[in-house]
Amino acid sequence: MHPAISVIFFTVSSGAGFGFLAMLGLGVPMPNGPLAAFIASAIAVGLAVVGLLSSTFHLGHPERAWRAFTQWRSSWLSREGVCAVVTLGLYGVYGLNWIFSDERIAWLGYLVSFGSILTVFTTAMIYAQLRTVPAWNSWMTPVCYLLFSITCGVMLVAAFGEWNRVASHSTLSIILGLLVVAWAMKIIWWRNADLSTLQARGSDTGTATGLGGIGNVKLLERPHTGENYLTREMVHKVGRKHANKLRMIALGFGAVVPILICLLQILFEMSVAFLSLAFLSLLFGLFVERWLFFAEAKHAVSLYYD
Amino acid sequence: MTTLPNSTDKKLGLVIDLDVCVGCHACVVNCKEWNTGGYGAPLADEDAYGSAPSGAWLNRIHTFEITPEDAPASIVHFPKSCLHCEDAPCVTVCPTGASYKRTDDGIVLVDEDKCIGCGLCAWACPYGAREMDPVENVMKKCTLCVDRIYNENIPEVDRVPACVRTCPAEARHFGDFSDPNSDVSRMVADRGGFDLMPEQNTKPVNKYLPPRPKSHPSDPSPSISKSDAINAKGFLGWVDRALEKL
Repeated sequence: MHPAISVIFFTVSSGAGFGFLAMLGLGVPMPNGPLAAFIASAIAVGLAVVGLLSSTFHLGHPERAWRAFTQWRSSWLSREGVCAVVTLGLYGVYGLNWIFSDERIAWLGYLVSFGSILTVFTTAMIYAQLRTVPAWNSWMTPVCYLLFSITCGVMLVAAFGEWNRVASHSTLSIILGLLVVAWAMKIIWWRNADLSTLQARGSDTGTATGLGGIGNVKLLERPHTGENYLTREMVHKVGRKHANKLRMIALGFGAVVPILICLLQILFEMSVAFLSLAFLSLLFGLFVERWLFFAEAKHAVSLYYD
Repeated sequence: MTTLPNSTDKKLGLVIDLDVCVGCHACVVNCKEWNTGGYGAPLADEDAYGSAPSGAWLNRIHTFEITPEDAPASIVHFPKSCLHCEDAPCVTVCPTGASYKRTDDGIVLVDEDKCIGCGLCAWACPYGAREMDPVENVMKKCTLCVDRIYNENIPEVDRVPACVRTCPAEARHFGDFSDPNSDVSRMVADRGGFDLMPEQNTKPVNKYLPPRPKSHPSDPSPSISKSDAINAKGFLGWVDRALEKL
């Protein structure tokens, strides 16, 4: 599949933003005062909104994007839009009240947390629902999206909540645990994606043409000599060439570097500011992971073109 | 509304006879011609006369080579357009309600004024039936020539999809699959018409008819025999034996 930068940025950035919102909604301890409330809210909402805006850049008609809120009964993409906007609206009330009165309304926060998790789940389901892309079509896809979102959220909330202190060992252990679980799940996802080929789902050029019963079916000529929308969008091959190296790069930046930073903090009682470095490294690792998510995925229509 | 109807009054669709198609691309060209001036936005091309032409087409012909275990390879020309599936995954993924399946005749259409051009429906379709228009940025797909088949301003003989009307080999047939006695239903029953990728559970309405079995001569001529052994008789046989002895 074509790895569109706007969609990669959207899923990673809004995943981190909604993860942060979910943690803020749970009422985890944060520094007192309106400034801290404002900065934390601005970063969480900023990440989520920048991601959502970026997703509208790949639309052919962004000015009609409001129409995407109408089909939540049937469409995961529509559900995602509705969940995101409702959650951000709820956080608007929660965050403004927090900034101006320095109080956090617990029940509203829980709603924000629930909405944030639901938003990330619906984002993942846009991809996981597609039978046409067997690698995505798995319950593990939303699990990975949710684990990465929560890991980002916990890292950000720790970096902010304890920003003037040395990070506590318990917080660091939670982050370490989340990093290990999230990337272990991703490695299982990769393994599953490698096994979930079109052929494993019973599709090949023989079933695509219905002629497999006669003999071995092989494409002789494409419909046109040039590329078309389908080949550019769905018969993309760049990702598979360097897939293993890129997986290592994603693991290096997304898992190894943040884990080392956390371990150093435990050993040397370093300032919590280093957690922001770990977060940036994780974010870069996730961009590579998400690029691969699209670039490696093989679509059923490729059976008509390969 | 992008939920699918439980059932449709008619099931309009195409039968494509792979035994007859000669791969002339006339249906492709006539489809483009009709649909660039008919329903919805024109079907645009980019760099049409340049070095890398590209554009939106609603019907494309692929050509496949089939090699049976015990016979020489043969060529099958394979026209492919929207199959107007009963369980069309392209419809339910649409976030705006632009994609819909009509309850009266089962045609899957895009309301281009509602389409935001997100492309998710094209991802959901296993058959590559939907293409984004490069100029209008809305999703284009086969309409089964909805602006021809009910059009009382054109002669009755023309009230079939443009691809069907133009096919010089009569490889394409249009009709109602909900009627077991319609021409298309009978053709499917007689010839063993099949679905493309049934494992995708899309329940396509359009059906394909397989190439008729090739005859297998009991004594294959040397030119199509797969083995190197020569069993020529007469003069050629004498030449073969004479050269063998040299």
